[in-house]
This record gives sequence, C-alpha cells and structure tokens, in this order.
Amino acid sequence: MTAVPLSAYLTLAAFLFAIGAAGVLIKRNPIVIFMCIELMLNAVNLTFLSFAMHQPSLQAQVAGHVFVLFVIGVAAAEVAVGLGIIVAIFRLRETIDVDSVNLLRE
Amino acid sequence: MAERLVFFLCALIAISTAVGVVASRNPVRSALLLVLNFLTLAVLYFTLTAQFVGIIQVIVYAGAIMVLFLFVIMLLNLGSPEAQLPERELRRPVAWLLAIGLFIVLVSQVFLVVGAQPQPLVEAGTARTIGYAMFTRWSFPLLIVAVLLTVGVIGSILLARRRSA
Repeated sequence: MTAVPLSAYLTLAAFLFAIGAAGVLIKRNPIVIFMCIELMLNAVNLTFLSFAMHQPSLQAQVAGHVFVLFVIGVAAAEVAVGLGIIVAIFRLRETIDVDSVNLLRE
Repeated sequence: MAERLVFFLCALIAISTAVGVVASRNPVRSALLLVLNFLTLAVLYFTLTAQFVGIIQVIVYAGAIMVLFLFVIMLLNLGSPEAQLPERELRRPVAWLLAIGLFIVLVSQVFLVVGAQPQPLVEAGTARTIGYAMFTRWSFPLLIVAVLLTVGVIGSILLARRRSA
C-alpha cells in the first residue's frame, strides 16, 4: 500500500490557495476575482477532506465532509450575491473595472 | 503505485489550470479552465474516499456555479476583445511576492504534520452517512445555511432588478 502522504495533498492545496490569492490581487475584472476566490475555497475544501481521511473515527471523518458541503453552499450564495452586485454596477457605470469603482472613496 | 500516479496527474492538471485562470486575459477562457480545475479536484476528492462530496462538486461547482459565471460574462459581453482590461502592471510583482510568501508560510506548517496515517473508511463518504450526520448532529448549521441561501437569492434578485420607478 503506497498511499499518497497527507503532506502532498496539503502542499497542493497551499499552492492552489496561493495562486488564488495572487489572482485576487492582480486581476481587475471582478468576475475573474470571484473565480480566484472560488479557487481558494476549493483549496480549503481539499485540506478539509484530506484531514478528514486521516481522522481515526467515522464521526470525525463525516464531520469534515459535512463542513465541505456547508462551504459549497456558502460559496453558491456568495457567487449569486456577487454577480448581482456586478450586474448592478455595470448598469450604473457601463464598466466593471474594479479600479474605476471608487464611489465610496470620493 | 496507481494512487500516486493518479494524484500526480491530477495535481499537475490542477496546478496548470489554476495558473491558467490567473494568467489568461480572456474571462471566458479563465472560466473554462476553472471548470477543468474543479473536475480534477473532484477526482482528488474521490481518491480521498469522499464520493458524495466529489459528485456534489461536479454538479454544483462545475455545473451550476460555472454556468452562472459564464452567463454573466456573456450577459455583460465581457468576452469580446475590446472589453479586455489591462493588468495592473505596477502591483504585479508585489502580488506575486505576497503569494509566494503565503505559499512558503503555509507549506512550512504542512511539514509539522508528520506521522498521520490514512484511515480510509468507505462508508464515511456515502450519501447515507453524510445525510444522517447532516440532519441529526449538524441540523442547526444546516438551517443557517438554508436561511443564508434564501437571503442570498432574494438579495441578488433585488440587486440585479431594473429600477422601474
């Protein structure tokens, strides 16, 4: 049994999380920023599931899976509200460049 | 050996598609690469004995959420070449430096976790056990998520509605 070690999964998840964070800082298109946030949420889900498989009891493993499902649910709600905000901003300003949306700063 | 091969292939595809999401100028291409990333992550979930979560990942993320993304991109006509936004050139190296620093910090914590043995329990990932746990032990958080989803749907309709008055 040459199973994949836990640290391999965690390193992959850390890399995906870092790439997502870099995308949030670099991109100017809010839709792509949302995609990068989804990338980060998925990296966290991967750590949850990889830690869950290394728990000794069945109850602890299932708790990890349930938490991942909650994260997916919250992500769906967040995407719905975020895309609604983007559509509203586009109606108002005809652009969605995050650098030009500074209404609250003026 | 087969598990390592599957993990290596999936990790390679997941990393390259994640880099592609950030590097691509075209949001439609980013979205399609993100779908591929979600599908490889679903395969990884299967290798972690999380069958139900893997299927939910394919249905909800790769299906519903990405359709929503593509729908908004097409609705606002952001896939056209003249709608492409230039990158923030100045902040680019700083952002990559911060991301690399974050990666180093996270990985330095990874190797503190040593000696963890995998305990694959097939029944942990089935819909039966997860559903039972969700509706007994975790029923209150489930209700909160349900309220959050309802509020989110109503809020997004109110936000995107055209002002009639």
